Amino acid sequence: MSEVRTSKLDELRVVHQPLPRHDQAEKIAGTTKFAGDLAFAGMLHACVVRSQVPSATITRRDGDDARRVPGVVAVLFGEDVPNNEIRVDVPGQTVVVGAFRASMQVLATDRVRFHGEPVALVIAETEDALAVARELVTIEFDDLPVVSDPEQALAAGAFQVHDGGNLLAEWRIDRGDVDPAFDRADVVVEDEYRTQFVDHAYLEPEAGVGWLDDDGVLTLRVATQVVEHYRDVAKILGVPDSKVRVIAPYVGGGFGGKEDMTVEPYVALAVWHTRRPVRMQWTRNESLLARAKRHRNVMRYRTAASADGTLLAHDIDILSDAGAYAYLSALVLLYSTVHACGPYRVGNVRIRARTAYTNNPPTSAFRGFGGMQMVLGYESQIDEVARRLEIDPGEIRKRNALARGDRLPVGQELITEVQLAQTIDAVRERAGGKPTPAGPRKRTGRAIASNMQSYGRLVWLNDSAAAWIGFQMDGSATVRCGVPDIGGGQASSLAQIASEILAVDIDRISVHFGDSALTPLAGTTTATRQLLMSGNATYEAATMLRDGMLGAVGDETGQAFDSLRMTPQGVLGPDVTMPLVDVLQLCRRRSVPIEALGTHFGPKGREVTRDLEGGRIFPDFTFGTHLADVEVDIDTGEVEILRYIAAHDVGRAINPLSVAGQISGAAVQGIGQVLLEEVVMQDGVNLTPGLFQYLIPTATDVPDIETLILESGEGLGPFGARGIGEPPIGPPLGAIPAAIADAIGVRPTTLPITPERVLSCIAAATAAAGVRGASQEGAKS
Amino acid sequence: MSSAHEVETSLKVNGVAVKETAGAHLSLLRWLRDIAGVTDPKYGCGEGVCGTCTVLVDGEPVSACIVLAAQVDGAAVTTAAGLCEPDGSLGPLQRAFHECHAAQCGFCTPGMLMCAASMLGEADHTLERHEIREGLHGNLCRCTGYGPIVDAIDAAQGSAP
Repeated sequence: MSEVRTSKLDELRVVHQPLPRHDQAEKIAGTTKFAGDLAFAGMLHACVVRSQVPSATITRRDGDDARRVPGVVAVLFGEDVPNNEIRVDVPGQTVVVGAFRASMQVLATDRVRFHGEPVALVIAETEDALAVARELVTIEFDDLPVVSDPEQALAAGAFQVHDGGNLLAEWRIDRGDVDPAFDRADVVVEDEYRTQFVDHAYLEPEAGVGWLDDDGVLTLRVATQVVEHYRDVAKILGVPDSKVRVIAPYVGGGFGGKEDMTVEPYVALAVWHTRRPVRMQWTRNESLLARAKRHRNVMRYRTAASADGTLLAHDIDILSDAGAYAYLSALVLLYSTVHACGPYRVGNVRIRARTAYTNNPPTSAFRGFGGMQMVLGYESQIDEVARRLEIDPGEIRKRNALARGDRLPVGQELITEVQLAQTIDAVRERAGGKPTPAGPRKRTGRAIASNMQSYGRLVWLNDSAAAWIGFQMDGSATVRCGVPDIGGGQASSLAQIASEILAVDIDRISVHFGDSALTPLAGTTTATRQLLMSGNATYEAATMLRDGMLGAVGDETGQAFDSLRMTPQGVLGPDVTMPLVDVLQLCRRRSVPIEALGTHFGPKGREVTRDLEGGRIFPDFTFGTHLADVEVDIDTGEVEILRYIAAHDVGRAINPLSVAGQISGAAVQGIGQVLLEEVVMQDGVNLTPGLFQYLIPTATDVPDIETLILESGEGLGPFGARGIGEPPIGPPLGAIPAAIADAIGVRPTTLPITPERVLSCIAAATAAAGVRGASQEGAKS
Repeated sequence: MSSAHEVETSLKVNGVAVKETAGAHLSLLRWLRDIAGVTDPKYGCGEGVCGTCTVLVDGEPVSACIVLAAQVDGAAVTTAAGLCEPDGSLGPLQRAFHECHAAQCGFCTPGMLMCAASMLGEADHTLERHEIREGLHGNLCRCTGYGPIVDAIDAAQGSAP
C-alpha cells in the first residue's frame, strides 16, 4: 500500500531501504520490557489519590485510616514533598519562556482545579493493600464555582481559576493591510470551527519503576518522551540534578502525552521516602482523567479572495481551552497561530489567539501540537472560496501554494523546496474515478486537503542533540544517544544512518538510547525533531569517526584522503584494501580515536514577543495532501471511509517502512479525532473515564491507508530528510469534512462529526435547498 | 478488594507447568504478570476493551484482565512468547508481523498476535481483508493504522501460527 517517488537520490546502501526495524523482533516475541514490566525483589507499589471534584478548596486531608491497613508503608501529602511544585518550563531546554507563569503542586494542599488532580500518594507492600488503602484516604472539599469553557472563563466577572486572571497566553499577528484587502475582495467567506478535547489513548498507560542505585542516585525507568525530566524531579526533591537519572525504555506510544511528566514525581517521592524500589502503574481511568489532553479550539475565520481564487486576507480569532494548569498551552497556541493560514501565500493576515484557564483537565502536547486543529479552519475556508468561485479544489490550492522564498505571516522565509502541488497531483492520480453509492439512501463524496506542519523545535530554544558512536575492536559498533524511542523507530533510524556512513552491517550495530546518565543527551522525542536532531548528531558523529579512520589509513599508506572509502570490505583506495579490524588496530597504533561524539545544534532565532514579528520561528516544515472517499448513509448519518490516500514530501525516507507507518498511524489517529473521539466534560466532570466511553478507531472503522512518499531531498535532516511524525495527523481534519460536504451538500464544522451532526447537516441542506447560494453570497461579499 | 482467601492455581503457560498459591481475586492477567512473571500480556484498560492482554486459554482467545486465574485452573495458556520456535526465534505468524512492519511501539502486539493466531486457527477458508479486520475489532492499536497488521495476518494465512 506504500509507494516511494524519488528525485535526486544519492547512492545509498542502508538508508532508504525498507528494512524491518531492529526493535521489532523482541516486541513481536513479547520479550521487550516496557516500563511496567520490570519488577524488583522487595519492590513497593504506589498510587495517587485524586480529586473527585473539579473545583474546590480542600478542607481536610487525613491518611490515618489508610496507614492502618496492613502492608501500607506511607501516605504522603503535599507537606511531605521537599519542593511541592512542578514548574512548567520547556522540557530539556535552557530558556525560560516568558509566557508561562503558572506552576502546579505535585500534591495539592489547599485547592483543586480539575477532576483527577493528585492530592495524596499511598505506598504499600502489595497492590492489594494499596487498593484498600487508597479508598480510606480522607479528603474533604468545599466546592467552588466551576469554569467549564474558555468563553465563560474570559467573560466579565468570571470566577478566577488562578489568581491573576483566566487569560493564560495571547499571541497576535498583524501583517499587511487586512481591512483594505477585504474591501477589494470579490468573495468573502466566514465561518466558525470547533474542535474537541482528545486523548492520546496510547495502549500503554503511564507507568514506571524507581530505585536508589548503589551510588545513591535516584533512578527512574519510566514511560516518557523526555529523559531530561530528571532535572525537574531533582528540583522537586531538592537534590542536585546529577543525583537523578531517568531511563526511557521502549515506550508503548507517546503522541505528546508522555512529554509532560506523568508518574515521575510520584515514583521519585515514593522511592525517596522509603529508600526502596517502587512501581507505579496508572489505570486507564487515571490516564483518561488526569493526563493532559489535546486543546479544544474555537476558530473564527474570515477570508478574502479575488475572482481568480487568489487568497487576499485572513482575519482569524482562536480561543483554546488551557484546562486547569498551564503545561505547554502557551506554546501549543503559538503553533496554532503560526500554522493558522496553512500552506498558502496570504499577504494580509490578522490573528488574535488566546488560551484561557478552565476547570477542565490540563491540555498540552499532542501530535500536531496546535497546528493540526487549524487544518479544519484553513482547509474548509479555501474549499468554500473554491466552491463560490467554481474553481477546482486542487487548482485553488496550487494557485496559492507557498514556494521557496515566500514569507509566512509570522515573517519566516521558506528556505527549502515546497512540493505541495506534487502531493496534490499524486493523491489524485492514485485515486482514479470517484466511487458510486452502494444504494439509493447512500451518498458518496470525495475531497482533498493539504497541510503544513513544522518539524524541529522553536528556533529560540537553542535546541541541541548529541550522539556517540564507537567501534569495537571486532568491527561491530555501538551508538549511544539519549533519544527516547516511543515506537516510531527513533533508535532504529540511528542504526541505519551509522551503518550507511561507516559501512558496518546493521546487525552488528547496537543502539543504546534514552538514559540521562549513560547516553549523551539528545533532547525530547517531541516536535517531530528527533530525526532532524539526533539523526544529524549521529550523522555528524559517524562522519567524524569515518574521516578520522580514513585519515589514519591515508597517513599510513600514503594514499590521498579523498581517494579512500569505507566499504563493507573495509577501507578501499586505488592501491589499498584494508579490512576494518586492521584499520581499527592501525588507529590504536597511531593514537586515532575509534569513537566520536557528534553534537547537532538547531537553527537559532530570537525569542518571540506577544506580537509575533520578524523572522524565523521554526527550522522548517513538512507538506502533504490527503484524499478521502466517503459514503454517507443519509438515514442514519453514518460515515464510512471507502478509501484514504496520503502523500507527503518527506525529503528522504531513512526507512520507508517507518515513514509509511508514521503516515498511516497518524492519518488514522486524525480520522479518529474527526469522526469518533471526544473527552466529554460536563461542569468539569469527565464523562469518558474508560475505553468503553472514549472510542478510538478499531480495525473496522478505517480502510487501508495508501501512502505516497515523495522525496524532494530538501529537508534539513540527515540525507535531506524532513520530519514526518506529526504532519500526517492534520489533513484528515480537512479532507473528511470536505468529503462529507461533497456527499451531502453541507459542511460539518464541529468535531467529532457524529452521525447526529451529519443528520443535522443533512437537515440543514434540505431546508436551504434552492435558496442557499445567492442569498449567502449577497450577504457576505 | 484485599482477600485473605488464597487458592492454588495450576496452569500450563506456554507449555511450562506453573503452580502458585495466590489471591483468589487475581485476574489471569495479574496472575501471569505478577505471580508467574509472564509479562508479554499487557495491561491496557482492565475492562476487556483494548485487547492488549489477549491470551489463548485452551486455544480460545480471552481478555486476561477480566478472567480470574482461579476460574481457568488447569488450563493451558498461550501468550505471544508461546508462538516462538523452540530455539526462541520467531514463529511463522510472528515472522509475518516482522516482515510487514506490523509492530511500532509494540505494546498491542502480543495481544494482536494471539487474536491473529486464534483467527487463523479457526478459519475454514482464506480470509478476505475485511474479514481479518472484523476479527481484529476487539484489539486496539494506536500506532500502525492497522493496515500492516492486516497485511501480516493475510501473509501468514496457510502457515501454522
